[in-house]
Amino acid sequence: MNPTNRALIIGATSAIAESCCRKLIGEGASLVCIGRDANKLESLKQDLLVRATGEQQVHCITADLTDTEAHHALLQEAHTLLPDIDSVLIAHGSLPDQKACEQSYNETAKQININALSVISLLTELANDFEKKGKGVIAVITSVAGDRGRQSNYVYGAAKGMVSTFLQGLRNRLSKSAVSVVDIKPGFVDTPMTASFDKSGPLWAQPEQVAEGIIQAMKKGKDEVYLLWFWRWIMLIIKLIPERIFKKLSL
Amino acid sequence: MSITLSPWNRYPKISSEKVISWTDRTKPLPKTPMIAYANGRSYSDVCLTSDGTPVLTRPLNKFIEFDRQTGKLKAEAGVTLQEILTLVVPQGWFLQVTPGTQFVTLGGALANDVHGKNHHSVGSFGNFVLNFELLRSDGQRLVCSPDTNQQWFEATIGGLGLTGLIVWVEIQLQPINNPAMVVQSESFSNLTRFWDVNSKHSSTSPYTVAWLDCAATGRKLGRGVFFAGRHAGALNTYPTHPETTKSVPIESPVSLINRFSLKAFNALYARQPTKPEGFIQHYIPYFYPLDAIKNWNRLYGKKGFFQYQCVLPMESAPEGLNLLLKDISKSGQGSFLAVLKTFGDIPSKGLLSFPRPGATLALDFANRGNSTLRLLSKLDEIVKDHGGALYPAKDGRMSSEMFKHSFPLWEHFSESIDPYFCSDFWSRVSR
Repeated sequence: MNPTNRALIIGATSAIAESCCRKLIGEGASLVCIGRDANKLESLKQDLLVRATGEQQVHCITADLTDTEAHHALLQEAHTLLPDIDSVLIAHGSLPDQKACEQSYNETAKQININALSVISLLTELANDFEKKGKGVIAVITSVAGDRGRQSNYVYGAAKGMVSTFLQGLRNRLSKSAVSVVDIKPGFVDTPMTASFDKSGPLWAQPEQVAEGIIQAMKKGKDEVYLLWFWRWIMLIIKLIPERIFKKLSL
Repeated sequence: MSITLSPWNRYPKISSEKVISWTDRTKPLPKTPMIAYANGRSYSDVCLTSDGTPVLTRPLNKFIEFDRQTGKLKAEAGVTLQEILTLVVPQGWFLQVTPGTQFVTLGGALANDVHGKNHHSVGSFGNFVLNFELLRSDGQRLVCSPDTNQQWFEATIGGLGLTGLIVWVEIQLQPINNPAMVVQSESFSNLTRFWDVNSKHSSTSPYTVAWLDCAATGRKLGRGVFFAGRHAGALNTYPTHPETTKSVPIESPVSLINRFSLKAFNALYARQPTKPEGFIQHYIPYFYPLDAIKNWNRLYGKKGFFQYQCVLPMESAPEGLNLLLKDISKSGQGSFLAVLKTFGDIPSKGLLSFPRPGATLALDFANRGNSTLRLLSKLDEIVKDHGGALYPAKDGRMSSEMFKHSFPLWEHFSESIDPYFCSDFWSRVSR
C-alpha cells in the first residue's frame, strides 16, 4: 500500500479534486493544494481546516499551470511547505469547445497546452524527484475520451490520450524505482464542468464516488483505472469497433 | 443541450436550456431572471423557473468555520444537513432543528424555514440561524441577523429564495452525549385518543410525531402510532448505523402505490408491536427513515406524486382533521406516510414562515391527474374553513387564493423580493 499522508494536489479546486482533498483530510493527511483561483483556494482551505484536526497541515499555492517555466519553482515551494511529499494527484484541465477548436488552431493549441503539455511538464519534474526517492505515487486524471478519437471531442481526447501514452512510458521507466504511476480515466461525472449536460442516464457518477476510486487506486498503486468500473468494458467495445464502421458513427 | 429539473416529487418537471453552476461564493450574480436550485428536495415549484435561469447551488458546499466549544457552525448554503451531521455528531453536537430528510441544504432549510419533530419545544429552523449572507442582484452583500438588516432577515427566512441568493449561513447547534435516541412508541385507536397521547408526551419529550393509518374508516378513523423521542444521556455503548442503503433502481412505469398496496402497508404498520417503555435507536433511522431507501420517489412512477401539508389552529384542529381524514379515506387515495404533529407556540422568525401554533398533517398522494387535484382542492376548502394554512415547500399546485389566505403578510414580504429573482411558484400564487 502506498501511503497518502503528505499529498500534493494540483488543480485542487476541481470538483473531483476537492472531493479527494476531503477524503485525504478525513484520513488524517496533510496537503499542499495548487490552483489557479485564489478565492476558491482560500475557501477550500477553510473547508479542509474545519474538517481537519489540529496536527494536520493545509497549504495553498495560487499558480497559472500553463506557465511551464514556473513549474520548477512551484514544486520547490510545495516541497518547502510540506517536506517529504509521498503522493501527487494532477487533476487540472479544461473541457474545450470542440466547435471553436475546429475553427481555430490557436484554440486547439491552447487546449492541448492546458490538458496535455502543462501536465507533461509537471510530470517531468515530479518523475525525476520521485525516481531519486525510490518510492511514492503519481496519479493523473485523464479521461475515457483519450481512448479513441470521436468527432464530438477529439481535441480533448487527443490531449488526454497524449498524457495516457506518456504515463505508460513513465510507468515503465519508474517501475524499477518502485514509484507507482496511476492513470485515472473517469467517464461521465456530475460536476460544474458538466452542469448543462442531461444526466438522466445511468452512466453518471458523483464526484465523491470517483474520488473514492482515485484514493483507492493511489493506495493500491494501480496502473490504470476506469471510474466507474464499467467504463473499462464500454471503452473496450468502443475500441474494438473497426475504423471503417466507426468513422460513420455519430459519436 | 438542456437539463430536466424537478422537485423531489417529480412534479412538475421543467426543461432548462441555461443553467448556472455556482461554485464560488465571492462571485457576483448575473443580471438575468433566476432562482436557486440546490439539492431539489422540496416538493414544489418553489425551486423552479421555466423562463429564468436555475442557479445550481449544490456545488457551494464548503464549511467556513466550526467552533467546537460553542457549537456555532458557519457554512456555504449548498452544504447538506447530512454533511453537517457527519462533521459535528462525533464532536458532540447536533442540529437544533431537522426535517425528515438529511439531504436538504442549509440554504433550502433557511429559505423554507423547515421544522422538525421538536417544533413544540424549540420552534423552527430560522430560530437557530445566527446570521447569513444575502447576495442581491445589484451586487450588495447583506449580512443579516435578528439585529442587523432585520428586514432582510425576516423576509429571507421562509422567503422561498426570492430575496436574493443565500451565500452562507451560521447556525447554533445543540450539545448531545452520543448519536443515540431514546424512543417510545405507543399506538392509539382513533383521533380522539391521539390528543390524549399527544398531550401526555408533549410536556416530557422534546421530539414527538404520529403516523396515521389514512385507510382506516369509521370508529378506527385516525388510528396510528405515536413516537416520542429524546437524545440519550451518557451511555456505555450505543448503536451504530450501517452505511448500506437500499435503492429503487429504476422509475416504475406506473405508480406502485395504489389502493391495495396502501391498505396492506397501513394495516401492517398499524399492527407493529409498540414499545411504550422505550428503546435505544441511532439518530439516522429515527430522524430519517425514508433516506434509507435511495430514490424512493421513483416508486410513484413517471407522473410523480403530490405532497400535501397543512396546519390547523388548535381550536379548530380536532374537527378539521376529522373532516380531512374522512375525505381522504373515502377517496382511497391515501398515502404511505401520513404524519400528524402539533406545533408549539414559539413564533417563527420569517414573514412567510409556515409553522404556527396548531396541528399539522402531512401526506403524499400518487399523481392520478384530475381526480387527485380535485381531492386536494376539496381538502383546501376544509383547511380554509378552519383557518388553516398550506406549506409552500410541499405544494406545487396551491392556488393564489389559498396562498394569500395562508400568508396574510405576503404583500409586505413582496417588497423584499429581488427584482431578478423569480420562481414558478411565485408567479402562480402572486397573481
